[in-house]
Amino acid sequence: MDKLDALFDFNATALRVRAQRQEILAANIANADTPNYKARDIDFAASLKKALEANVASAANNAAVSSNGNMSLATTHGKHIPGGTGGVNEADLLYRPLIQGSVDGNSVDGEVERTAFVDNAIHYEANITMLNAQIKDMTAALSPTS
Amino acid sequence: MASLQNVFNISSSAMSAQSQRLNTVASNLANVDSATSSSGQPYKAKQVVFEATPVGTSGHQGVKVNKVIEDQLPPRMVHDPANPLADKDGMVAMPNVNATQEMVNMISTSRSYQNNVETMNAAKTMLQRTLTIGQN
Repeated sequence: MDKLDALFDFNATALRVRAQRQEILAANIANADTPNYKARDIDFAASLKKALEANVASAANNAAVSSNGNMSLATTHGKHIPGGTGGVNEADLLYRPLIQGSVDGNSVDGEVERTAFVDNAIHYEANITMLNAQIKDMTAALSPTS
Repeated sequence: MASLQNVFNISSSAMSAQSQRLNTVASNLANVDSATSSSGQPYKAKQVVFEATPVGTSGHQGVKVNKVIEDQLPPRMVHDPANPLADKDGMVAMPNVNATQEMVNMISTSRSYQNNVETMNAAKTMLQRTLTIGQN
């Protein structure tokens, strides 16, 4: 990982995990009336940490950039299990603790999900602001006239 | 980006499922007094059953209507001897539609639909913000 990549890595990864969490929360809101659906979520801090570690590991391994442009673990044997791309996968999805049960077995609490959704959206926008500031800093540092 | 775009798929699947539910509500309310039908039986209230189904590439769950069931409650018996459909006691079998329940269903459907529209709008705003990265 070169220095410029390393600089943007944190915010870019955070944005990716935030976007994935947004999708999970949207699925919860969509399934608010589905019988037996259980609300899911991720532990954001843990997922971000895992994604960052995966980025560092894949850069250190110098894993080739795969054909679709994603960074992934190199598989050099037919029976190797392909590593994730540092994103959220099924194993990271947790179930939201039940506050108040319902007869149809659905565990989506509209208020909880909507709050989490808005909170996540604001964090996402904050992340974009940070990233923009970093890009500005770098542009200033790289520009010949200062 | 791809995750956020999938929010559109998830929300739209939920919106289409909810509008199907609203259709059954409309059908039930419209037929609240339909004492007979093409089968000769009084109209039976219809309810949709939702099912979580993976949409898009990430496998997160959207919604689809698994089946439309007919309410198995007995018909509502109304005393109306003048009605040609009345039996020997003057009772007419009316649809088993519960208007109160349908109204509640309608409000709940409408709220859920709105929730999904809001979700989609939020995702749209986030995507547009994403496209401005590095522009200033």
